[in-house]
Amino acid sequence: MADVSNGDAFVEFERVQKSYDGENLVVKDLNLSMPKGEFLTMLGPSGSGKTTCLMMLAGFETATHGDIRLGGTSINNIPPHKRGIGMVFQNYALFPHMTIAENLSFPLEVRKMGKSDREAKVMRALDMVEMGAFGGRRPAQLSGGQQQRIALARALVFEPELVLMDEPLGALDKQLREKMQFEITHLAHRLGITVVYVTHDQTEALTMSDRVAVFDDGRIQQLAPPDKLYEEPQNSFVAQFIGENNTLEGVVKEISNGVALVQLDDGGLIDAKPINVSKAGERTRVSIRPERVEYNKDRMPEGAHTLKAEVLEFIYMGDIFRTRLRVAGKDDFFVKTRNAPDQVRLKPGQEIEIGWLAEDCRALDA
Amino acid sequence: MSDTTQSGPVLAADGTPLKRSLARALRMQKIRALMLVAPLLLFVLITFILPIGDMLFRSVENQIVSDTLPRTVVALREWDANSGEAPDEAVYAALAEDLKIAAAAKLHTRVGSRLNYEKPGISSMFRKAGRKVKKWDVENGGPFKEQFIAIHEGWGDPDAWRTIQTYSPNFTNGYFLNAADLQKGAEGAEWRPEDEQIYWVLFKRTMFMSMVITISCIILAYPVAWILANLPARSANMLMILVLLPFWTSLLVRTSAWKVMLQQQGVINETLVWLGLVADESRLVMINNQFGTIVAMTHILLPFMILPMYSVMQTIQPTYLRAAKSLGATNWTAFWRVYFPQSVPGIGAGSILVFILSIGYYITPELVGGTKGVFISNRIAFHISSSLNWGLAAALGAILLAVVLVLYWAYDKIVGIDNVKLG
Ligand SMILES: Nc1ncnc2c1ncn2[C@@H]1O[C@H](COP(=O)(O)OP(=O)(O)OP(=O)(O)O)[C@@H](O)[C@H]1O
Ligand SMILES: [Mg+2]
Repeated sequence: MADVSNGDAFVEFERVQKSYDGENLVVKDLNLSMPKGEFLTMLGPSGSGKTTCLMMLAGFETATHGDIRLGGTSINNIPPHKRGIGMVFQNYALFPHMTIAENLSFPLEVRKMGKSDREAKVMRALDMVEMGAFGGRRPAQLSGGQQQRIALARALVFEPELVLMDEPLGALDKQLREKMQFEITHLAHRLGITVVYVTHDQTEALTMSDRVAVFDDGRIQQLAPPDKLYEEPQNSFVAQFIGENNTLEGVVKEISNGVALVQLDDGGLIDAKPINVSKAGERTRVSIRPERVEYNKDRMPEGAHTLKAEVLEFIYMGDIFRTRLRVAGKDDFFVKTRNAPDQVRLKPGQEIEIGWLAEDCRALDA
Repeated sequence: MSDTTQSGPVLAADGTPLKRSLARALRMQKIRALMLVAPLLLFVLITFILPIGDMLFRSVENQIVSDTLPRTVVALREWDANSGEAPDEAVYAALAEDLKIAAAAKLHTRVGSRLNYEKPGISSMFRKAGRKVKKWDVENGGPFKEQFIAIHEGWGDPDAWRTIQTYSPNFTNGYFLNAADLQKGAEGAEWRPEDEQIYWVLFKRTMFMSMVITISCIILAYPVAWILANLPARSANMLMILVLLPFWTSLLVRTSAWKVMLQQQGVINETLVWLGLVADESRLVMINNQFGTIVAMTHILLPFMILPMYSVMQTIQPTYLRAAKSLGATNWTAFWRVYFPQSVPGIGAGSILVFILSIGYYITPELVGGTKGVFISNRIAFHISSSLNWGLAAALGAILLAVVLVLYWAYDKIVGIDNVKLG
C-alpha cells in the first residue's frame, strides 16, 4: 500500500506549504497520497503541523502553496461546507444547545433531507455507536466517552467518504481510549471510509492505522505501515520518536557487504546496517531496539562485534525484564528480555558483553 | 472502632450524639460566615432595603391629616358627604380648635398643601383661615361656621369637606390612584378628566422608548461584541478600551455632546445643509424630542449591552462554527443555527440591564428630551424636588418597581433566568 500511484489516489497533497505569519513555514513541502479506504494516522510532536494539515484538508485554512486534491479534483477553492468531509474535533464540538438527536440531524437538515429519512438515519447512526437510548439528552449530560461516540456518529451520519479526526481520544482515560480505538478502526473498516487520524500517542498510531505519517518540523519524516515504521525507521528522529530506542554515536570505519563497521566515540566497535550513511568517515547515530539486544553468549551471532557493559539496574516488570546498562560511557542503555524459564536475571554491578544482529542495528543520520 | 450494630444515636468520640456535635461544628462555621458578610448586609440594609421600604411606606402613608386635625377628623365621621350640605357647627368648632393649635405650630399650611394635591384650591383655604384663627377665642367665639365661610367661601363647599373626610384615615390609596390617573369620586375610583391624565401616557412612553433603546442597543452591540470576541487578545483589548471610554467621561458631558451634534444649528444639520441634502429652512428636529432621547440613551447604555454579550460570546468556541461548516452548513446557517442560539444568554442579560436602566433614566431625558421625550422618572424627580409631593413620587416609584419585577418574572418564565450570563 505504500506506493500508491497517482491514478487511484483519493486524497492527495502535492508540494503543499503553509505559513500563518508570512515568516515561518509551519508545513514545508508536504506530499502525500492516500487510496480510498485507507486509515492513515498523522503522528508527531506538538506543533509539528498535524492539525494544520487537517484544517487545510477540511478547508478551514488555505494552503499558501501547492495543491490538495480529493478524488482527483483540486479542492483549493471549494468552501468547507461543500467538501463533504466528516470531521471529529478534539473537544468534540457537539452543539450544547441541541439534543443528541438534533446534533445528528443537523447535517441532514442542511442537506434538505426529509423528516422521516432524517429520523431513520439518526436512529441508525445512534445504534451504530450503541447510543440509541440517548437521543433526547443534551451533550452536557453525557460522559466523555459517550460524547466522543456521538461526535463520531455525527461525522458519519451524512455518509462522507472521508473522515478527519483530530486527537479524538485525547481526553479519555486509558481503558476507554483502548476500547474506542478498537471501535473506531472497526467501524472505519466496516463502512469502508477513508480516515485521516491525528494523534500524539504512538501506541494509538501503531495499533489503529494502515499507514502512519510521522511529522516533524513541518515535514513527513516517514510514511510507512506500523511494522515498517517500528522496525525500519528511516532516520534518527523516527527511531527516537517511535517506541523505545537505544542510541550510540560514532564514526563509520568501513562499509562492506551491506554491513557498516562503526567505531563508537569511546573506541568500541559495532556492526550496523547502513541506512543514512554511504561512506567511511561519516558521523552516524546508531539505533537499536532494547528487545533486540542479546547478552546470552550462546545466542549471540557468530563473529559479531560485542560491547562491554555494566549492569546498573534490574527492573522486574512481570512479563518482561528491563535492565539498565552502562554502555560506551552512557548509562541510559536499556535491554528488554522476555520472562522465560531459562532467562538469566542480571544483577547490578555485573559485567557483561552485549551484541546484536547487524541488521537490527541501524546506522542513521547523526 | 465503635460498635456499629448498637441501637440508638451514633456517638462522637467524646460521647455526645454525633448529630449534635455536627450541628455545633456547623453552627460555628455559620456564625463565622455570617460575621464575614455582616458589613455587607448592613450596607445593603441601610442603603437599599430601608430606602425602598421607606418609599413603599410613604406611597400609602397619610397621617398628616389626622395628626394635625384630630378633633375635626372625629367630628367629621358623622357627616354624610352625599347629603349635598356642609357639615354642622360641631365640625367647624373642632376645626377652629385644631387650626389654632396647628397655626401656632405653623403646621396648617402643610395640611393645606397635602390636601391641595387632591383638590386644588384647598391650600389657600387653610392659609387664610390659619391667619385669622390665631386671633379667635375658640372657647366662646362661636358659632364658627359663618366665620369660616366669611374667610373663604370654600369652607362652605361640601366637595372640600368630602376631600378632608376622604383623606382623614392614616393610610390611603390616593397616591396610587393619582399615579394611575384616577381619582376618588362619589362612587369610588374614577378616571380623571382627559386633560389631567399624564402618568398613563408617561408610563407608556417610558416603556415604549426603553424598548426601542434596548432593541437599538442589541442591533448595535451584537456586531461589536462579536468582533471583540473573535479578535486576537491585543486588538480586542484596544477595542475594549474604546467601548469603555464612555464610562470615563461624565454623563453630562456626553449628553451635552449630543446636544451639540443634534441641535438645529448642530454638526449634523450643518453638514446635511452643506451637502445640500436638507434645505436651510427645513432643518431636521433631532433634539428635545423622542428621537434625541433615544439616540443619546442608546449611546450611553451601549456598553451595558456589549459587555455581557462579549463575555458570553467569548465562551463560544470557534470550533462550533467549524464543526457546523464541516457538517455542510453555509456561513449563514452555521451562524444562525449554532452561534446565535448560544449567544442568546448574553442578549438576554444585556437587554435586562439596558431596559431596567433605561426605564429609570433621568438625566438624559431631562437634558435632551424636551416635553415629548421625558420619562416617568423626570416626573418623579419633579414631585420630589419641585412640587414636594413625595407620596405621589413614592407611588410612581413603587409602580415602576412593580413593573420591573413583573418584567423580570415574565423574562424568567419565557427565557429562564438561568440562561442569563453576565460573565
Ligand atoms: N492560527 C494560527 N496562527 C498562527 N500560528 C499558528 C496557528 N495555528 C497553529 N499555528 C502554529 O503552527 C504550528 C503548527 O501547529 P499545529 O496546530 O498544526 O500543530 P499540531 O501538530 O497539531 O500540534 P498539537 O499536537 O500540539 O496539536 C505551531 O507552531 C503553531 O504555533
Ligand atoms: Mg493539533
